[in-house]
Amino acid sequence: MIEAVGLTKRYGDKTAVYNLSFQVRPGAVTGFLGPNGSGKSTTMRMILGLDNPTAGTVTIGGHPYRRLPNAPRQVGALLDAKAVHGGRSARNHLLSLAQLSGIPARRVDEVLGVVGLQDVAKKRSKGFSLGMGQRLGIAAALLGDPQVLLFDEPVNGLDPEGILWVRNLMKALAAEGRTVFVSSHLMSEMALTADHLIVIGRGQLLADMSITDFISANSADFARVRTPDSDPQLREKLSSALTEAGGRVLPEQDGALRIMGLPLPRISDIAHDAGVRLWELSPHQASLEEAYMRMTQGAVDYRSTIDQKSGLQQPLPPGAQPPMPVPGQGQPGWYAPPPPQAGGQPPTVPQGPYGAPAGASPAGPAAGQPNPYAQAPAAPQQPAAPAPAAPPAGGAPAPAPQTAPQPAAEPKSEDAR
Amino acid sequence: MSTPQSPMPQAAPPNWQAAAGPSHPGYTSPIPVVRTHLGHALASEWTKIRSVRSTMWTLGVFVLLVVGIGLLAGAAIAANASDGDLNGENPLSFGFFGLLLGSMCVITLGVLTTASEYGTGMIRTTMVACPSRGRVLTAKAIVFFAVAFVVTLVSASLVAVAQVGMLDGAREPSGAEWFKGTVGVSLYIALLGLLSLVVGSIIRHSAGAITIMIGLVLAPLVIALFMFSESLSDLRQALFEYSIPNQLSVFYSNSLTDSGPSGWDPLWIALGVTAVAFAGAYALLQKRDV
Repeated sequence: MIEAVGLTKRYGDKTAVYNLSFQVRPGAVTGFLGPNGSGKSTTMRMILGLDNPTAGTVTIGGHPYRRLPNAPRQVGALLDAKAVHGGRSARNHLLSLAQLSGIPARRVDEVLGVVGLQDVAKKRSKGFSLGMGQRLGIAAALLGDPQVLLFDEPVNGLDPEGILWVRNLMKALAAEGRTVFVSSHLMSEMALTADHLIVIGRGQLLADMSITDFISANSADFARVRTPDSDPQLREKLSSALTEAGGRVLPEQDGALRIMGLPLPRISDIAHDAGVRLWELSPHQASLEEAYMRMTQGAVDYRSTIDQKSGLQQPLPPGAQPPMPVPGQGQPGWYAPPPPQAGGQPPTVPQGPYGAPAGASPAGPAAGQPNPYAQAPAAPQQPAAPAPAAPPAGGAPAPAPQTAPQPAAEPKSEDAR
Repeated sequence: MSTPQSPMPQAAPPNWQAAAGPSHPGYTSPIPVVRTHLGHALASEWTKIRSVRSTMWTLGVFVLLVVGIGLLAGAAIAANASDGDLNGENPLSFGFFGLLLGSMCVITLGVLTTASEYGTGMIRTTMVACPSRGRVLTAKAIVFFAVAFVVTLVSASLVAVAQVGMLDGAREPSGAEWFKGTVGVSLYIALLGLLSLVVGSIIRHSAGAITIMIGLVLAPLVIALFMFSESLSDLRQALFEYSIPNQLSVFYSNSLTDSGPSGWDPLWIALGVTAVAFAGAYALLQKRDV
């Protein structure tokens, strides 16, 4: 059981973690998600007593880590695969840790076998690949056979077989009743491994809920409809008919329509009544990745821009078209649009950096409102907001207010050159 | 987990979807839990210091320098000294040259013992395994001091015995001179290394800490050499007398001047400085983020 209350960490005038409160419970894998630089590793270090919080407390089993009796026997951690002295052999590295924690030396050979490094136990860890380094770090975490386990990005650099192994290991450890806290930015991996999610952005809590709740609360399930390309009027016709029926319609870049708020059979009926043939009518369910991207889109610190190479490019010959950028590159909000309830606003990202505390209700949009696609087709229709956001040009769905819009971001990056 | 300090503060809340059964009692390891103490940290640090190559390299070079230069100096003096040159000389004093150069190796090893953990990130792994940080620093200091002292004592004694045998013309050293020329200098060199270890823990950067320590050893003497102004003569005198090479030669009853430290004074000075630095490093370690 890990419990953080009002955890805050400042480095100079940079706030890495702000007023973070959460609990990590035993018997489940808890995923810890957040963009780069959002404070995941800082939080992990504070849990382990390496960094002192500026404010707030974090305890394991009721004690701050540095006052925990027999700490290495209660908590095991993989913080950084490179946190070993490269000149020391894998076995000696683990042996020194075992001796420090009063663990019998034969346990070292056991964990080397568990992570599959017994053949290179006598080799210096300098020559290890990233994946072997991760295995060594996991071995160190398992050394004390602890009740609480923390893993910071455990699958970095692992091969598919290793990823599968780590996934099963986490689940097995949790099934034994241990507390397993895993940070990652690999959504697909978390979707398969974690039971519960804690999401932070810019050092603040964005969500603390089970993974199924997380997806349904942030999901942007939609239907994709394509009308015959030969007749653009049909598309307009269908679009207005669907809007009239209470759906929210957004054009997609390839000419298809993205429809929210209407179940598939209803869309089909409306199209039939309007006399529009359909080339495609397909359901799309948001993945965890999409849900996560939308949630954190206002909290991403390091965002890429389009590489302009300004001043370095040959002037285009007259009449030539500049190459179209890959959709999504450097553009915020290219992923699935927000759920109808949210109205284009990412759920709980507070306005202004580290403004008023967001309070302890990070649960995003009301999870009670049913999603029309998550239910049986006969479900009563959800009265969605009648297309509040006019689709902006270029088909990009309404960008969130605080994500820097494209034109504002570009000159900045040019100035920096 | 045999300790009673791990109660689940409250039962799993009812909305906890993964808890299908009753609330989890937690996991209990079959490996017996022992109460760790300084002895465990000492064993761990001994494993650490013997299992990296830098230890073997720095100590190997140290022994080579001390023994090699000591024997060369002995041989050169024995070959060139005419009758009566060495009358009344203490033959042990020629071990000084090797030890002065060798001290650089001890300084390097001392700094690496702490600073390399910061350089590699190993310190975080160590501090997670042992949250009482002072214990780790104490164990490092004890293990390093013992290793440095034993290695210096063995090589310095070897050189002393060889030089006494080679230099026939010199007088026979007294028991006190033997003691100071072997155990005394070894304690001094090991303390110098311990000060480096402590500086490494404060600076947390190998190259920076080694530079500071080498500067501390050499700079006062070099600066004093070029201090020609008459008005600075007092300062110059003090820099000469308290420079580390001069303090080292005090152990052989040689000194650049007649005033200044004598007898066992250098050892007490080094002990005081190291103790103050250790206290500072200890306090910083408790306070700072790892």
